[in-house]
Amino acid sequence: MKTRRITACAFALPLLAGAAHAQQTADADTRSAALLASNCANCHGTVGVVGQGAMPNLAGQQKIYIIEQMRAFRDGKRPATIMHQLAKGYTDQQIELIAEFFSRQKSTR
Amino acid sequence: MITRKITRRAALKTISAAAVASSVSACATMGQKSVGRVVVVGAGYGGATAAKYLRRWSDGAVEVTLVDPNEAFISCPISNLVLGGSKTLADITVSYAGLDKYGVKRVRDTVSAIDVDKKQVRLASGGTLPYDRLVVSPGVEFMYDRLQGWSAAGEASVLHAWKAGPQTVALRRQLTDMKNGGVVVMSIPLAPYRCPPGPYERACQISWYLKQSKPKSKLIVLDANPDYVSKKPLFSRVFGEDYKGIVEYRVSAPVNEIDIKSGTLVTEIGDRVRGDVVNYIPPQRAANVARDAGLITANNRWCDVNWTTMESIKVPNVHVLGDSTLSAPAMPKSGHMANQHGKAAAAAIVELLNGRTVVPPTMANTCYSFVDDRNAVHVGSVHRWVPEKKMLEPVAGAGGISSQDRASWALEGAYAQSWATTIWADMLG
Repeated sequence: MKTRRITACAFALPLLAGAAHAQQTADADTRSAALLASNCANCHGTVGVVGQGAMPNLAGQQKIYIIEQMRAFRDGKRPATIMHQLAKGYTDQQIELIAEFFSRQKSTR
Repeated sequence: MITRKITRRAALKTISAAAVASSVSACATMGQKSVGRVVVVGAGYGGATAAKYLRRWSDGAVEVTLVDPNEAFISCPISNLVLGGSKTLADITVSYAGLDKYGVKRVRDTVSAIDVDKKQVRLASGGTLPYDRLVVSPGVEFMYDRLQGWSAAGEASVLHAWKAGPQTVALRRQLTDMKNGGVVVMSIPLAPYRCPPGPYERACQISWYLKQSKPKSKLIVLDANPDYVSKKPLFSRVFGEDYKGIVEYRVSAPVNEIDIKSGTLVTEIGDRVRGDVVNYIPPQRAANVARDAGLITANNRWCDVNWTTMESIKVPNVHVLGDSTLSAPAMPKSGHMANQHGKAAAAAIVELLNGRTVVPPTMANTCYSFVDDRNAVHVGSVHRWVPEKKMLEPVAGAGGISSQDRASWALEGAYAQSWATTIWADMLG
């Protein structure tokens, strides 16, 4: 039994290193991005999936789309109730990290 | 041909996802090498979030035990709507069972003491829990000691309802039992206190209920502060337009005496205000478990922390979250903020236990307040690490409050509902 489990772990390691589980790999930038993106999780879900709520899902959105929307909020080009205010709190680099994180999440649970 | 390729790719995806899922659980069950033990005291917005994210971000390598006496989580945010009558306690109650799938070990108990030298937590039931790092997220303790005339006898009739639970239901019952034409008195303590916009939201909820069901009644708000603590342009408009003739708002009216028997609050300048229902919200400080562990460092009330790690400035290896902290500049004591504290602490602890460098966090806040049963307004902010000041500070120009466009308040009401269920899932789901 023990042998079988160890085999399973060894088998999984190369897979875990794949893009789908990038946030779980031991990479400092990825960990920083996960912490940063967790700013959004309160309203948009832990991995960007809201479920039944009114806020939009972020998981699986194209990276370029998230970046463009955040810039549009920040620059006042896209009206909003709150995002035009919060988007001003993040640098271009931070927005890119956040967009990268959510673009890699699965869009359904 | 294309179809076949896609099918094959999809099949491979499914196989690899299944392999990853099974291997993760197999690794967890065979006891992947632990990098350390963390005990979390308090399963509110801060503690429950820290527990979940410690397990997620360490891939199960940090052992997490979460201690809390409550059977289920009851949310303070949204609890004012129970007073207004548009929500029930069941609507704001969430099971802790969702944390089990992350491998959080839940202990339903009260912490009797924290031994910071031996690095262990003692439980009321008699057990002890050793830790490498401790997270303390205990909420607030009420300070009745400066209220003349107060005694434990008052607890039965003069409610705070500032911790959601039995008192929320009891205050709702006092309101429904009150006669049409009765007077409700509530008092707001000097800032800082838990949930800056909360008292004004409560005033709206009580007024909304009175307007619907007991229109001859009145709400008198005695605010110890010189002005609205939060969202002034919004709350002052709602008080004046929606609840004109019902709510009477008085500033600079700190209450320092009570006559429990007659239900009378006495302000600093000697005004005596009697209510059929008296909702006294006491001043607050960090909870006793934090005080007894020596974590309080500011004004005998709050726990100062290093904002990169949430670690106490005084007691090593102990991280303090939520309302108990000495707030960073312009940072509210809110559930949303405590959730952010929990993530910052979780990330820092994972780095520290792995001997790596901690990256300073950025944090965001959003507080929605319902002005009736369906319309809500917000205040938001973003807080960024300023290295030269070694402090989290609000980003200038970011954040703000709702517009005065009432049409958007209905949309924000839907967002506020969504906020609640999503943040509960973020911490417990």
